[in-house]
Amino acid sequence: MLAFTVKRLFGVIPVLLVVSLMIFALMQAAPGDPVSMLVSDEASAEDRERIAAAWGLDQPAPVQYANFVKNAATGDFGTSFRYREPVMDLVLARLPASIELALYATLLAIAVGIPLGVLAAARPNSVFDTIGSIGGFFGISMPNFWLGILMILIFAGYLNILPSGGREPWGLDLPRITGFLTLDAVLQGRWDALVHALRYLALPTIVLGTAMTGIIMQITRASMLENLGEDYVMTARAKGLSNRVVLWRHAFRNALVSVITIIGLEFGALISGAIIVETVFSWPGIGLLLIQGITFRDFPLITGLVLIYTTLFVLLNVFIDILYTIVDPRIRMR
Amino acid sequence: MTTATYTRARMSYGFLLTPKAIFGLIMIGALIIAGAFAPFIAPFNPARQDLLMAMTPPQLTGPHYLGTDHVGRDLLSRLIYGARVSLLIAIAVVFFSGIVGVFLGIVSGYFGGRIDSFIQKFLEVFWAFPPLLLAIAIVAFLGQSLTIVIVALASQRWIPYCRLARAETMALRDREFVVAARSLGAGHARILREHILPNIIPSTLVVGTFAMATAIISEAALSFLGLGVPPSIPTWGGMLADARAYISTSWWMALFPGLCIFLTVLGINLLGDVLRSHFDPKIKNF
Repeated sequence: MLAFTVKRLFGVIPVLLVVSLMIFALMQAAPGDPVSMLVSDEASAEDRERIAAAWGLDQPAPVQYANFVKNAATGDFGTSFRYREPVMDLVLARLPASIELALYATLLAIAVGIPLGVLAAARPNSVFDTIGSIGGFFGISMPNFWLGILMILIFAGYLNILPSGGREPWGLDLPRITGFLTLDAVLQGRWDALVHALRYLALPTIVLGTAMTGIIMQITRASMLENLGEDYVMTARAKGLSNRVVLWRHAFRNALVSVITIIGLEFGALISGAIIVETVFSWPGIGLLLIQGITFRDFPLITGLVLIYTTLFVLLNVFIDILYTIVDPRIRMR
Repeated sequence: MTTATYTRARMSYGFLLTPKAIFGLIMIGALIIAGAFAPFIAPFNPARQDLLMAMTPPQLTGPHYLGTDHVGRDLLSRLIYGARVSLLIAIAVVFFSGIVGVFLGIVSGYFGGRIDSFIQKFLEVFWAFPPLLLAIAIVAFLGQSLTIVIVALASQRWIPYCRLARAETMALRDREFVVAARSLGAGHARILREHILPNIIPSTLVVGTFAMATAIISEAALSFLGLGVPPSIPTWGGMLADARAYISTSWWMALFPGLCIFLTVLGINLLGDVLRSHFDPKIKNF
């Protein structure tokens, strides 16, 4: 188990090195001189040279890349052109908002998707199953940015019961402990703040969670149907166990393996989905930071964020692989 | 020369007559017709601004059947021209990534060994990026043009083709007809072209259909984020981005472009599902 974990973790290093090289090459290939984003148009040649030297932009490309990797390995992604603050500080300040949203969306998808999938499998070809299957197709075909806009149109516009964007109202004045607003509110017993935080979370969570709900539902259903056809299920039924016990205690446990894999695979979709949902709802997370960074051609911020996102994604996949071997020890043999 | 193709015998098109498939075919047909004949169908020039008519709601009797946007451009005409961008990019991405992916996949699966592990490492690096993030990075650094958007969207789309082609080639390479061809002196290139490739076309078609749906939705997402083709070209995603600012006053600007994306993608996904269950129910989500 430990050997497997260590091996998987070390395997990540070469991949991330090539990924960093790709991002660096893209940045080098970008048209225009990055120095011109740092100085005004009237700057003299000497000023330009001075600024280039200060930001390390006068070094040859291989040296710049070596520095980039060396610094990135210690968590230093350089200084943002626009904010003049270390990229890592900017990211860390916004990360809790992104994680909080992603976590609630995943919980929603699991809480809705798994029971629906199990129920659809329990009664295949029933009306319930058909509705679920149609819902699944709608889920994968619905662009999340459009769903977001429709939600704003209905719940913030016509019904006017939920906020259309942002994370908290003006003057909420909730001291940060963890950065997760809902948790901070509970820790401080600020129930008013909790209600506000949940109201702001509602629409982005639903939008981000919808596609994942559809996919989890379909995979749960397929995997349950596969298991319900196995001999051990028949044995359990023959023993006279109740339908509920057979369904949840026997079939569902075995179906869980593929459901976990899918939840892992869906982390990628969750990340790209979050970039879009944060933009739609002006949610102050790292996705919105990335899109704003691109608008301002803030190269250190873009490279840093792309590298951070990719590292997170790769590590999450390793984590899922390890979790997978715990749930199903046969995998480790391969 | 007869090619060993075990799918040809059951080639009939009856499976395309289910409601799901018909809906999908109608959607693809509408997309192709709108895209190809946009100048003849669109009632207005999509770029023509008419500030006096700005934000006109949909008119049942015309001339602006679906209303106008914030600078008075006809929404229906822009949607028809937007189909052109979606269609062009989707086709380019599906073919470009399909050729690269299938080529790398059959080479990887057929030769195995070092070539295989090199190609798989290459794939692993591209797969390390969360979906859409590599495309976003490419457009962010290299700029916005039709070609760059196509390359950006294809940068990860070739992977499903490659995985599938590799898996199928590995299953085929030791089959009797391949071994027989080899013993008769056929070269690698010939075996790949005439014996392996024709057999993986049906499943490639399935992957290609889903790739088209993904390409359309991703292009719209990039345009929505302001990272698609230059904003002077009307796109469905770009129209939705415009609509955000006027959401409280002009619901039609937000409704119709999204409906176009949704129905097109839904149709293609349904057709893909029909093709999948017809050709090979074993193909899962590659």
